[in-house]
Amino acid sequence: MSTSKAKQDASKTAPKKPAQMSGAEIIIKALIDQGVEVIFGYPGGAVLPIYDEIFKNTDKIKHVLVRQEGGAVHAAEGYARSTGKVGCALVTSGPGATNAVTGLTDALLDSIPLVCLCGQVPTFLIGTDAFQEADTTGITRPCTKHNYLAQSAEALADTVHEAFHVARTGRPGPVVIDIPKDIQFAKATYHAPKPQAAQNYQPKTTPDAAAIEAAVELMANAKRPVFYTGGGVINAGPEASALLRELVRETGFPITSTLMGLGAYPATDKQWLGMLGMHGTFEANWAMHDCDVMINIGARFDDRVTGRTDKFSPDSHKIHVDIDASSINKNIRVDIPIVADAAQALRAMLEVWRARKYKADKSAMESWWNQINKWRTKNCLRYTNSKTVIKPQFALEKLREYTNNDPRETYITTEVGQHQMWAAQFLEFNEPNRWMTSGGLGTMGYGLPAAIGTQMAHPGALVIDVAGDASIMMNIQEISTAVQYKLPVKIFIMNNHWMGMVRQWQELLHGERYSNSYTESLPDFVKLAEAFGGIGLRAEKPDDLDKVIAEMLKTDRVTIADICVEQTENCFPMIPSGKAHNEMILSPDADKFDKSLV
Amino acid sequence: MTKTSSTSKKSQSVYAPSALHEESSSHTLAIVVNNEPGVLARIVGLFTGRGYNIDSLTVAETNHEENTSRITIVCSGTPAVIEQIKAQIKQVVSVKRVRDLTTFGPHIERELALVKVIGSGEKRIEALRIADVFRARPLDSTLESFVFEITGTTEKIDAFVALMKPLGLKDVSRTGVAAISRGLHSI
Ligand SMILES: Cc1ncc(C[n+]2csc(CCOP(=O)(O)OP(=O)(O)O)c2C)c(N)n1
Repeated sequence: MSTSKAKQDASKTAPKKPAQMSGAEIIIKALIDQGVEVIFGYPGGAVLPIYDEIFKNTDKIKHVLVRQEGGAVHAAEGYARSTGKVGCALVTSGPGATNAVTGLTDALLDSIPLVCLCGQVPTFLIGTDAFQEADTTGITRPCTKHNYLAQSAEALADTVHEAFHVARTGRPGPVVIDIPKDIQFAKATYHAPKPQAAQNYQPKTTPDAAAIEAAVELMANAKRPVFYTGGGVINAGPEASALLRELVRETGFPITSTLMGLGAYPATDKQWLGMLGMHGTFEANWAMHDCDVMINIGARFDDRVTGRTDKFSPDSHKIHVDIDASSINKNIRVDIPIVADAAQALRAMLEVWRARKYKADKSAMESWWNQINKWRTKNCLRYTNSKTVIKPQFALEKLREYTNNDPRETYITTEVGQHQMWAAQFLEFNEPNRWMTSGGLGTMGYGLPAAIGTQMAHPGALVIDVAGDASIMMNIQEISTAVQYKLPVKIFIMNNHWMGMVRQWQELLHGERYSNSYTESLPDFVKLAEAFGGIGLRAEKPDDLDKVIAEMLKTDRVTIADICVEQTENCFPMIPSGKAHNEMILSPDADKFDKSLV
Repeated sequence: MTKTSSTSKKSQSVYAPSALHEESSSHTLAIVVNNEPGVLARIVGLFTGRGYNIDSLTVAETNHEENTSRITIVCSGTPAVIEQIKAQIKQVVSVKRVRDLTTFGPHIERELALVKVIGSGEKRIEALRIADVFRARPLDSTLESFVFEITGTTEKIDAFVALMKPLGLKDVSRTGVAAISRGLHSI
């Protein structure tokens, strides 16, 4: 190559242009200017120039070395979700980039703002099947909000700035920048971020005034209204949650939320119905089914929420606020679509409600609440406790008790499975950004790296990964990361020796044929924690729980609490997929559930 | 679309079929995109990834100063699917504008085809006669072959190609639909 010649040429002209920097320098400077404090990453040949700059800038930007690139992206997700900022990951070409794909897809489905920098083989080797070459932009095109293949060092600064703008604006999502190694070495000038308004990408965020008027009028005349809120409220920032609380209180309407929206409205409030959907509460799902006005703020009518779409809330007028126009009328037809940022729409709704001096229909609301209270008496989350075996629900109730009494802020992450649903049902979230879970993609292995990212962002906080014994094995290597950076994350394994959720479906829907769902040959989690340099604890009987949880909260090191729970407990309520909201199975009916249909 | 079948009774983890049985129709979309690498793959990938049909697609740079290209897509689907397609395309960061010419108002659609016909005697004369009726121009000719150039609507070209089949049709190259609205409006 003529790089040495190019270097000579550059050095001749260099003194006249002091602002010339290498591509790698430009990248790091751009990240710093974008407010990035932490990068989660893993080095390799194609990103070494960037790692060199990280080495020189340790005072300005922290790097967390994960143990697998998948961990880096989930950690960045946890960081982003718990702070509202854009998370940042850095991976090498080829296998580094392909390992990142699951995390990118996860972030896309859950609308998590991320920028993932990938190294790429030098421009002149692209297309030659070079060592560690993969078509990263091709592979990540359908699993990112947008992606770039850097074309020149000169354009690099603008590309990084635009990537952050795209990641955080509109419906947030992951953005990949693929950066060939020669561009990391090449010299160019740095450009500071442009003002937001000067960016090309400008999604609509302000609601249509007439639609808001119509929506609020519909709300004022509602007899059986319900708020159905989602992750969009969390993404719109703490202000959106505050406005939601005001609107819900002023209207007196009941409110439920998706898995992703937990915490936007306080779970301890009397207007709160609990989570809705496949494992949502009886009252939430019935309120959704029987309502006459549904106010969807920042949720997307996911199939885990709607169940059978042709029987979904058959008698309601539906209002749908979403920043993503393509989410509107996608799964469910709505009456009043409003494309807007959730905070802006909520503010506009509150203004109209107040200006018009609207009041909810008192007697209608009274009978609606009476109906809801009747549903509540089902006590759908009840379970039969035991003196000898730890019920998973009981373990979480204990955990809730201890975290409620802990002076620290608590952040919960989860893996995927029954434990995730129980955590959503039994832990109470009263603030936004405290609950990090993989909703859309349902990625086992998300919780531990997400907890690491969360703990990096909130060093003094209590961060707990509620895990299953199968899921935790998917990214178990990240304990090593937690140990290295002295992150005292707690891993609360609800160990039932099964892929519990799979076992549950096999029991209820596949004739009790338990094909490959037993988690054979599990490690001794206590010894495992110790081998990594953490602390291992175990609870085998209900009486052990107090001691183990108290101990877990006290430690200043990464800790695994291996909670040996009832092996065959099922998670109820449950709406089998493709069923309607009012076809829910409750725990006492489970025995009556007709398995012969299978 | 797959319809209800008795298999849905068997496994309860199978989804219920959609209740919507709307009529499918064809729409012509004009899409202005930033002319950057991979932009066509983004649009095409969106169709394949979400299971939408593309009947025809053309693309070329149309504004060099603004660095924009125009993609014309003819696609078919129920009204709900067409709405989704448009909404999804608008979400793509590289897309500047989308217009559904079919619902927007009167518009013109044209396609160009090059059609090679090989034959002799009566068939050759008949091919030339039909080409004349269709205003197809012979661009190349040997003693046994013609290459015709024909422009028109998709239907006209379909008809021409069908007529050429028994007369020695050998090869067809079609551009796909280019479309533009009538009158003063632009996208
Ligand atoms: C990466 C990945 N692979 C497979 C699945 C399918 N899946 C969903 S839940 C589950 C079992 C999880 O078991 P465990 O972590 O022990 O949690 P439990 O349900 O027992 O609480 C599996 C295999 C998934 N969600 N993610």
